[in-house]
This record gives sequence, C-alpha cells and structure tokens, in this order.
Amino acid sequence: MLEINNLHAELESDAEVTILKGLTLSIKPGEVHAIMGPNGSGKSTLSYVLSGKDGYSVTAGSAMLEGVDLLEMEPEERAAAGLFLAFQYPVEIPGVGNMTFLRTAVNAQRKARGEEELSAGDFLKEVRATAKDLQIDADMLKRPVNVGFSGGEKKRNEILQMAMLEPKMCILDETDSGLDVDAMKLVADGVNALRSENRSFLVITHYQRLLDHIKPDFVHILADGKIIKSGGPELALQVENNGYADLLAGAA
Amino acid sequence: MTALDKIEVKEGVDQDTVDAVTALSGNYKYGWETEIEMDYAPKGVNPDIVRLISSKNEEPAWMTEWRLQALTRWEQMTEPTWAMVSYPKIDFQDIYYYARPKSMAVKPKSLDDVDPKLLATYAKLGIPLKEQAILAGVEGAEDMPAEGRKVAVDAVFDSVSVGTTFQAELKKAGVIFCSISEAIREHPELVKKYLGSVVPQSDNYYATLNSAVFSDGSFVYIPPGVRCPMELSTYFRINAENTGQFERTLIIADKGSYVSYLEGCTAPKRDVAQLHAAVVEIIIEEDAEVKYSTVQNWYPGDENGKGGIYNFVTKRADCRGDRAKVMWTQVETGSAVTWKYPSCILRGDDSQGEFYSIAIANNMQQADTGTKMVHLGKNTKSRIVSKGISAGKAQNTYRGLVSMHPRAKNSRNYTQCDSLLIGDQCGAHTVPYIEVKNNSSRVEHEATTSKVDDDQLFYCRSRGMDEEEAVALVVNGFCKEVLQALPMEFAMEAQALVAISLEGSVG
Ligand SMILES: Nc1ncnc2c1ncn2[C@@H]1O[C@H](COP(=O)(O)OP(=O)(O)OP(=O)(O)O)[C@@H](O)[C@H]1O
Ligand SMILES: [Mg+2]
Repeated sequence: MLEINNLHAELESDAEVTILKGLTLSIKPGEVHAIMGPNGSGKSTLSYVLSGKDGYSVTAGSAMLEGVDLLEMEPEERAAAGLFLAFQYPVEIPGVGNMTFLRTAVNAQRKARGEEELSAGDFLKEVRATAKDLQIDADMLKRPVNVGFSGGEKKRNEILQMAMLEPKMCILDETDSGLDVDAMKLVADGVNALRSENRSFLVITHYQRLLDHIKPDFVHILADGKIIKSGGPELALQVENNGYADLLAGAA
Repeated sequence: MTALDKIEVKEGVDQDTVDAVTALSGNYKYGWETEIEMDYAPKGVNPDIVRLISSKNEEPAWMTEWRLQALTRWEQMTEPTWAMVSYPKIDFQDIYYYARPKSMAVKPKSLDDVDPKLLATYAKLGIPLKEQAILAGVEGAEDMPAEGRKVAVDAVFDSVSVGTTFQAELKKAGVIFCSISEAIREHPELVKKYLGSVVPQSDNYYATLNSAVFSDGSFVYIPPGVRCPMELSTYFRINAENTGQFERTLIIADKGSYVSYLEGCTAPKRDVAQLHAAVVEIIIEEDAEVKYSTVQNWYPGDENGKGGIYNFVTKRADCRGDRAKVMWTQVETGSAVTWKYPSCILRGDDSQGEFYSIAIANNMQQADTGTKMVHLGKNTKSRIVSKGISAGKAQNTYRGLVSMHPRAKNSRNYTQCDSLLIGDQCGAHTVPYIEVKNNSSRVEHEATTSKVDDDQLFYCRSRGMDEEEAVALVVNGFCKEVLQALPMEFAMEAQALVAISLEGSVG
C-alpha cells in the first residue's frame, strides 16, 4: 500500500534544518501500523510530507502509494488517490458549513476519479448515519468547520471526514490526544469499523491507551527523523512502561 | 422536521455553487455578444441628442425640458478625481448615447412579439423571461412561500426595455412594475413627483449626465399597505459597442408596503472600455421596507486591464417616513472600474438603513465602493458590513461616511469592514469618514485585513479540493454574512460568481 524508502526532508525556508533523515517504512494492505516517538522527532512532519504540505523539501528518498509516486502529486491528487490525514491540529474555516465542506470534498474526489457525484439525498443519508455513530449532532454538522469545536469534537470531526471520504491509506496524527475516555472509544470504534483488507492505517500516538482499542500489527519508534526500532504491539507497552530512554540508548 | 432537514436546502444551494464553479471554465462567462441590427443615435452628447432620446421614448415636453436642464448643468461640471481609481480620460463625445435593436422600433405588445434573438440572449444568460414560477436549478424552491417563488423581470438591452414579465399579476396587487420610459408616459404624476427627489439632477457629474441622457430603466410603485407578491428584478445587458448605458431606476414604497428588488448586469468582452452611469432612487414612506440587491457582473476587462466597463453609479434611498427601512446588498464582481456608494438618508424617526457588500477585485480591476449613512431622524439605526476581496494586481477601497446630525438623537451605527488579500500584489484600503454632531449617538467601527490562510487552503486540498475550489470555499466563508442577506435564488448565483471572478488568482 504505502512504501516509504530512505525519506529525507528539510525545511524549505532553512536547509540547515533536516527533520526526516532516512525514514523507511512499508505498509501492506489491511495492516495497521503505529508510530511512537518523542516530541519533535518528526512524526507530524512525516504526515505533512506525505500529504503534500508546502514548506518542506524532500532531498532524497521516495514515497509510493500503490506504486504511484506520491511526492510528484498535488495534495488534492494524493487525496483522490486515497491518502487521508487526520490532522493533529484540525484547521478552522469560518463561514463554511461543516456539511458544505464535506460534500464539496467528497464530490471533488469523486470527480477527480471520474466517478458520478453523490446526490444531495444520498450524501445526507450517509453523513447522518456516520455522524450518528460518532455522536456528532446535527448542530455540529451545520456549524462552520471546526470553529468553536472543542478539542475532542475536532478530532471526531476528522474521523467523520475520513469515514465519508473512504480513503485507502489513513494517517491519524495523535487523534487520541485531548479525547476523554468515551470519545476515545468512539474514535477507535470508528476506525475499527473502517478496517478492511484493502485499507491501511498509520496511527501516530504517544499512548498505549489508543492501541488497546485499535490493535496495531506493527509498532515503530521514530527518533530524530528515523525509525530506530520496529516490533509488535509489545513495543508500545515497553514505551508505556519505560519511556524512550532505553530505546534511544540502544539506537545510539 | 429536524434541523438537518432544514439545511438540506442550503446545502443544495452550496453544492450548486460548487458544480457551477467546476463546470465553468474560462474567466468571464457572459462575454459573448448578440448579433443584432441596431439603430444608433449619432455619437456624442448635445441638446439634439437629448431631444432625440426623449422623442424616441415618446416623452412629454416636461421630461425633455428636465433633461435639457441637466445637460446644461453637466456642461459646467468637471469629472471628479477623488476616488482611488485611475483610468484613461473618457472622451464623452466619442460614445453612443442611444442604441436600440431595430426590431424594437415598433414596441412589441407582449413578450410573444419580442425578437427571438433578444429572447435567446436572456435565455442564454439564464434569465427567465417566460413567466415561469421557479428559477431553474434552485433546489427546495417549491417548498417556499409563493412570494419567494415567482420573480418578475424587466429586461433592459442596451438603451431599451425589452419586456417586463408578470405585469398582469402585479397589477392585480396594485403594484406598478414597468420600464421607466413607460412610466413617464403612463404615470407622469408619480414620476414628476419623485424623479430627482432623492438624487437631485445635479448631484454629481455622472448623475447629472445620466439625468440628461438616461434611456431606460425600471420603475416600481408599491401602493400603501401592499406586500409585493413576488421578487422584482431588472437585468441590464450592454451589447452594442462603444455605447454607454445610462439607466435610471425609480422605486417608490408607499406607506406600510414591502418590496424586494434585484438587479443583475452583464456585458460582452470588448477591448475598448465602455461607460455605465446609472442612477437609482428609492423613496420609502412611513413603515415601508425595501430590500435592494445587486449582482454586478459587468465585463471586468482582461487580465492586462484591457477593456471592461467603467461603472459610475449613484444609488440612494430616502427613508422619508418614520420607521422606514432599507437594506442594500451588493455583490460587485465585475467592471474594470467601480465607483459606487449606495446610500441611505435616514430622515424619518426610527428609520433603519443596512448595507451589505461584497466587492471582489481581481487582475487589474479597481473598486472604490462603500456607503453613506446620513442620520437625520431620532433613534435611527444603520449597519454596514463590507467584505472586500483583492487578488491579482487589483486595488479595492472601502469608502464610507457615517454622519449623525444634531437632530438625530440616540442614533446608532455599526460598521464592520473586512478585507481579504489573495497574493501580494494587490491592495486593500479603508477610508471611513465619521461625523457625529450630537452627544447621544453612538458609532462603532471595526476593520480587519487578512490574507487567505495557507493552512486553510492546505486543509481543503488535503481533502481533495483543487486550489481554486479551496480559495472559492474559503472566500465564500469570508463573505457568508453578506451572502446570507441575499434572496435565496440569488445567493447561489452570487456564490458561483465569487468563485468565477477569482479564477486564476492563485497558483
Ligand atoms: N515549519 C516548521 N518550521 C520550523 N520548524 C519546524 C517546522 N516543522 C517542523 N519543525 C521542527 O521539526 C521537528 C519535528 O516536528 P514535528 O511536528 O514533526 O514533531 P512531532 O514528532 O510531530 O512532535 P509532537 O509529538 O510534539 O507532535 C521539531 O523540532 C519542529 O520544531
Ligand atoms: Mg506531531
């Protein structure tokens, strides 16, 4: 599904600052991978570089989604190709209704893929059902995108978008932070409902808690722009109990 | 009905916008011209031309005199230069002041007799000249109250009115809706009483010229206590080359009446700039209310500033009676140069004026627009919401006057003036004038200037929208308060226009 090979990225504004320093990761269809790592190690940067945010230059390496070079594409093309990023800090868009935003996005992707647009009725039916599962009420659908949403509401809204867009490769950047216990369960259920043999997940998190609900196939430790260790779910437990010190020492 | 069912309509509208945006390629959608035989008066303006226009319209002698008086005044005036716009000097003697399709020489008795080419022109513009109940493509319109469904249209093509729909039905309600030339012939007592009573003949350079040479326009009279049973609208189309359009609109809302009126404007793409100098006068008596919405989409010129319409317009509403209300809503996306300040004279006690404006200037467009709120009566209220968007190399100026006179005790004004910049070669300017001559009135002014936020654009794009769609969405959000003030049928059109007029502004 997603093949990242020796990825190097630096700040466009300051070539002195290299953030990703040779990151390699391979995710097969249907797999769930978790990435953990200290603050500032480059987790969000990885998600931004993959989704095409301005401000970073890739100096070496590659990232392919189902054999197609992601790095050559515009952000909207990556989205239409099936990549989705649930943002660590979802952006507010004043004056634009959440529903309008969603419908515009859904139909833009369908159009880009040469598919028929979703009719108003079908869209509404689908969005209501999905929103209900995530306990997002009608009012939140009507309000401007993320404006005045609580931290937890913003994260649930990201999952709503993900469910509606039906991407193939989902990246969740700390979707669990700021969620209360019940909301975490809702989000995890939302993600688990989407798990399938041709959809993959990359879950960035600091906590074992989320991984209790979303069972990963693999766990990777990212430090200083590189994956320093990979393993199974037990690796997350090790981090939870002992922190990163041992792992970092081991890698050095 | 749940809350969700209600937004369905709104969502439908929003979606249509997006469809329209993506479906339309090329910048100016209305740039084609109609090939039609025209009768022109000779170029230039002089007493003979004024007499000719007057006689073509079969006007009574008092009207001809009024025009000639204006011309004499105009000849002594000079063009104003205070606006923040620059354009080559206009040769007022090198313009045609009257152009009429040949087929209109004998006035058609009904729309059925109108030249099919003219009807086709309006059909192509999407303007319903058939008396159809519902504007095509507006989802949910069938659930709306009757008043929201029908739209009566007066269509003005170059210098003449082509036809007015729903006249019979309006007449039943006592409403007069016709071209101003017809009103001058059929309702001289009303025209005599009100014409020039809000915008005096010699108010300013362009209004004075208009008083001399106006060829047609719309006339509305709503009798006391009548709520106009449908939306009224006028569509102005400039087609002929080197021709100025000078329309004159007169709206009278008698005591306790209500009307919502909309004007739309388009013109073909041409290399040579064309002049448009209109005057709109609105009289609002006691307890009456008028909503006047404009979707101005004259040809803006090309990306290098070649061609386009010079739009010099004087619009003013006079709240003559107590508790009279007026609301101006404008979406200004077209024209090479815009000079326009729809104003409210709040003469009656407790009268209210509102002004909602979206002004978009892209490429080489220049817009200098705003409003004047003149508070004369006690407890008068005004509200100004202006959203200026600049892109390309455009300059956008908000110019507003709020004036509280000594007698206007306990009056209030609130002004919110937001500018949005797209790119770094455009400019936004805010020029507020505030005069308060009593100490019980309050004036509040808020202004912001921001740039289109890259994080917002990236967020939209990461969800699959292309850059132009993303900009259109964010800008439509920025304009929301004003778009909401438009009648629903036109909110959709306006949203699409916002998107279209920003094409090419990014990337
Ligand atoms: N646009 C930027 N300008 C300056 N520094 C940046 C920028 N983007 C990332 N960085 C730096 O790169 C490093 C990696 O940041 P990143 O946000 O990817 O970390 P992270 O692993 O997601 O951390 P956290 O766990 O706190 O979310 C940090 O030191 C950060 O300050
Ligand atoms: Mg991060």
